[in-house]
Amino acid sequence: MDLEREFERVVAADHRIEPRDWMPDGYRKTLIRQIAQHAHSEIIGMQPEGNWISRAPSLRRKAILLAKVQDEAGHGLYLYAATETLGADREDLTTKLIEGRQKYSSIFNYPTLTFADVGVIGWLVDGAAICNQVPLCRTSYGPYARAMIRVCKEESFHQRQGYELLMTMMRGTDAQKAMVQDAVNRWWWPSLMMFGPPDAESSNTEQSMVWRIKRHTNDELRQRFVDMSVPQAEKLGVTLPDPKIAWNAERGHHDFGDIDWDEFWQVVKGDGPCNAERIENRRKAHEDGAWVREAAAAYAAKKERVA
Amino acid sequence: MTEPRSSWPLYEVFVRGKRGLNHVHVGSLHAPDDEMALRNARDLYTRRNEGVSIWVVKADAITASSPDEKDPFFAPAGDKVYRHPTFYAIPEDVPHL
Repeated sequence: MDLEREFERVVAADHRIEPRDWMPDGYRKTLIRQIAQHAHSEIIGMQPEGNWISRAPSLRRKAILLAKVQDEAGHGLYLYAATETLGADREDLTTKLIEGRQKYSSIFNYPTLTFADVGVIGWLVDGAAICNQVPLCRTSYGPYARAMIRVCKEESFHQRQGYELLMTMMRGTDAQKAMVQDAVNRWWWPSLMMFGPPDAESSNTEQSMVWRIKRHTNDELRQRFVDMSVPQAEKLGVTLPDPKIAWNAERGHHDFGDIDWDEFWQVVKGDGPCNAERIENRRKAHEDGAWVREAAAAYAAKKERVA
Repeated sequence: MTEPRSSWPLYEVFVRGKRGLNHVHVGSLHAPDDEMALRNARDLYTRRNEGVSIWVVKADAITASSPDEKDPFFAPAGDKVYRHPTFYAIPEDVPHL
């Protein structure tokens, strides 16, 4: 009981919980689930953009895209490392991902049809991710917060490269401009869904706010993202595909239209355009890499015997 | 296909940001051996010139104090305020002290 009071005191004082501190089972489980889902998202998130590495239009764009995809791998590893401080096992989490027992962000189940998608992912998808992640730099679990600080620093490169890519295309031919608008049309609504279900239906929010794992509700963060994106879209010269977007002086925020939550749940439950392909690729990469992991372990064992 | 849990050992990674600074813990990773741990640490934690030197240490080689016994463990320093310079009252007009 004393331990629980001490835990609550530390959290309420906005101090950090560290790996070897006592914590409630529910706190540990919630964190493992949330951080693992986040890690899986980074790893699966390498695929939509990785799709364009071999077809990037210039060496400059290819080098940038490679660096970005490498960052996503890095983010996944920081986060898996954070789950391991809670007693999870990375190998086990990977198995759960491949077997569909743990989820990743539904946004990565949409296809990247043109190179403009690379830019829009950087601008909108990474922009939404940053909205979600900046408050997590102050989350109550120390290793998670520290991982998020590293991730956020790197994400800002991702968002800026995306916006710059789109600005370049918007200075190009009519076909290029149309390509950007088409990509915005396809990614806008899924980006809004990245913040998760509305507060009224978000089962985990309340407890996570008390534990200071989450610092803002889904709807608050979604609103912040819309407010940020509207002037950016104007500056870029694209139209966000929602006729209901309008400044509401009374609220001091932009109003926006209704999200198609049926589509959201359909994609979450596995019926998005690319769910099966993403998991299959991940499984194949894991299985094809098995001999490398085994060989490295065998070499290490041999060296140990010789020494 | 099932593999042994955590088939590669866990390493803790420490990075010296620049000359003149201490190595600081930045995170952890799995690697088959020390050499690979060092290379993985370079790729994972210093992609943007964050360091000039890296240490990797097998996590099970670290001995740590336990948070449960935090108070008694650090108690010996708690009541020794005379170890701090502010403990001593010196008149304002004494120079260089």
